[in-house]
Amino acid sequence: MHELSIVTHVAKTLDELAKENNLTKIGSVTLEIGEVSGIITDYFVDCWNYFKRNNPLLVDAELKLEEIQAITFCEDCKQEYETVKYGRICPYCKSEHTYLLIGNECMIKEIEAE
Amino acid sequence: MKTIELHKSVTASNDKDAEELRNELRDKGIFLANLMSSAGSGKTTLLSKTILDLKEEYRIGVLEADIEADVDGKAIEALGAKSIQVHTDGMCHMDAGMTRTSLEELGIEDLDIIFLENIGNLICPAEYDTGASKKVMILSIPEGDDKPLKYPLMFQESDALVITKIDTLEYFDFDMDKCIERVKYLNPNIAIFKTSAKSGEGMQEWEDWIRKEVKEWKNHA
Repeated sequence: MHELSIVTHVAKTLDELAKENNLTKIGSVTLEIGEVSGIITDYFVDCWNYFKRNNPLLVDAELKLEEIQAITFCEDCKQEYETVKYGRICPYCKSEHTYLLIGNECMIKEIEAE
Repeated sequence: MKTIELHKSVTASNDKDAEELRNELRDKGIFLANLMSSAGSGKTTLLSKTILDLKEEYRIGVLEADIEADVDGKAIEALGAKSIQVHTDGMCHMDAGMTRTSLEELGIEDLDIIFLENIGNLICPAEYDTGASKKVMILSIPEGDDKPLKYPLMFQESDALVITKIDTLEYFDFDMDKCIERVKYLNPNIAIFKTSAKSGEGMQEWEDWIRKEVKEWKNHA
C-alpha cells in the first residue's frame, strides 16, 4: 500500500549510513518483512528497481527479502499460534484476548557495501 | 564488499525527523494535532465546528492533506483559520518530512494550534509519525463498531478517539459499548469523545480536551 514511500525511507537511512562510513557503493540490501506488515513484496521489488536507477549509491544494489512468520499470543490460555492461519481468535480456547507477538515489522537487517 | 548489520526499522529515519520536528514545535509552544480517519468520517465537519468554537481563544492553522481537490481547504479558510492544501503526490500518508515542508509553506510563527488533516485511510497514517504533539483518530457511526478489530494499530497509536455522527446512532447497528470495550482493550489510556458536529452534542468535552492538551504543551515550551 505504501511500498514506494518505504523504499524512500530505506534509501534515506542508507544515504546517512554511507556518509557516516564513507561507503560509495551498496551491493545488496537485506530486509526482514513481517507476514502481516501489509507490504506486497512483488510491488515492493518493482518500486525498489524503479527508485534505485537514479541513486548512484544504490544503482547496483540487489534487494533481498526475508519473510518473518507472524505469531499471535493468547492472553487467556498463554499459547502462541500462527496469525495468518487462525486470525485474531485463539484456535485453542476461542478467546479474543490475543495480540501479535511478531510479524508486522519491516527492518533493514544488513547490507553489503564498499 | 563488507557486510554491515543494521537491524533498523525502515521508519527509523522518519521517527528521527518526527522527534526533531516535535521538539521544535514544543520550543515554540505550537500544538500540532494529527487527525486521522477514513474518507467520509466527517473529519472536515468536525474540524469546521471545532474551529468556530475555538477561534476566539486560539490562532488556528490547518494542513489539508486529502488528495480530493481543495474544496475542504476553501471551506476551512472561510471560517477564519489559515489553511493550505498539501500535495502528497499520490502518497497514502503524511510523514515527518512532508509535514515540516507543509508547515513552512503555511507559516506557523503566529499560530497556537495546527490541525493536520491526514490522508483518509486507517492504515498507513498510523505507521508514520508526523511529529505531531497528539494523534487523534476519528470514527463515524456509519463505519461500524468493528473498526478496532480491523485496524488495531490506528487505535493503539492514537491519544484520542472522536466518535462522530452520533446523531445517526438509531439508524445503524452500531454497538457503542462494544466499540468502546474493543478500543479500550487495545489502548486503555485513550480519551474517547462521542460527538455530533450537527447537534453539538459532545463537542464541549472534545474541545475541553484540546484546551487541556494545548495548555500542557505550552507549559513544557
